[in-house]
Amino acid sequence: MKFAVVVFPGSNSDYDAFYAASRVVGEQAELVWHKDTDLNGADAVILPGGFAHGDYLRTGAIARFSPIMSAVKSFADRGGPVLGICNGFQVLLEAGLLPGAMVRNDRIKFVSQLVPVRVEQTDTPFTTACASKQVLRLPIAHGEGNYYAPPDQLEQLEANRQVIFRYASDGGEVGTEWNPNGSLNNIAGICNRQRNVVGLMPHPERAAELPLGSADGRVVLASVVKALQDPKSSRPQDLTKA
Amino acid sequence: MRARVYVTLKPSVFDPQGRVVADALVTLGYQDVKDVRQGKFFEVELADADPATAKARVTEMADKLLANPVIESYRVEVLQ
Repeated sequence: MKFAVVVFPGSNSDYDAFYAASRVVGEQAELVWHKDTDLNGADAVILPGGFAHGDYLRTGAIARFSPIMSAVKSFADRGGPVLGICNGFQVLLEAGLLPGAMVRNDRIKFVSQLVPVRVEQTDTPFTTACASKQVLRLPIAHGEGNYYAPPDQLEQLEANRQVIFRYASDGGEVGTEWNPNGSLNNIAGICNRQRNVVGLMPHPERAAELPLGSADGRVVLASVVKALQDPKSSRPQDLTKA
Repeated sequence: MRARVYVTLKPSVFDPQGRVVADALVTLGYQDVKDVRQGKFFEVELADADPATAKARVTEMADKLLANPVIESYRVEVLQ
């Protein structure tokens, strides 16, 4: 299979994602410039971390209008797996591919640390190789990861099981003491209604090999390989290739 | 022609930056400060148009780009 990693001006985890997909997971990967209009037949798309367009105006607000985003949107509409990591998650929120928004971390600090993250649902293409309630140790590095959705939307997210990752303790307990940024309901990652678009603030691609402090992130990218081999293992309605 | 757009977080959204600014003001001795909400201010230079058209255009811009309607509200003013 082939991953497309979108490169925005200001992306800084693009090569990390490219490396994790190609060298660690061992699949094909291609960097795609944000001004391109075609995903070149990719089977899965990653919007990487960084500071697209300098985070000017709001995180992800300008990147949302990059030409490649039309291709990403139609790929997502066809059921193609799309993963937004950190700034990529923020772009997906601004683009309306995922519900909600990000506000500043509640303690106004840029938080950079390895945190335990609990996998809430395994029926998405990026968690299908995870065990239910598995705790992954993943790095976070953001100033604006405080997930917000209006109360009715939050209720819907929970009811539809769209919360995919939550900040937790090493033992998998969820509580405010393990919430690094003030995110509602300890949300670290969510998916769309169709479950093929996933966004998360932690960086699985930066924790895909032991020398980096954790290899737990590998399973997130390996999941999509499994999902594409066996579309029944996750629920996207249509994983046919672009 | 010039328009002004004021963008603020909706009252239901916690504003951590505003909170810190409020705390700093209290620390400086302004004990009467109860709360601060931080926002954004834009001045948009436009080609001349009638005020109603200008207001509609800038409102569209605010909706599309300047504000995120999930968390922010905005107010548009057109200057003569």
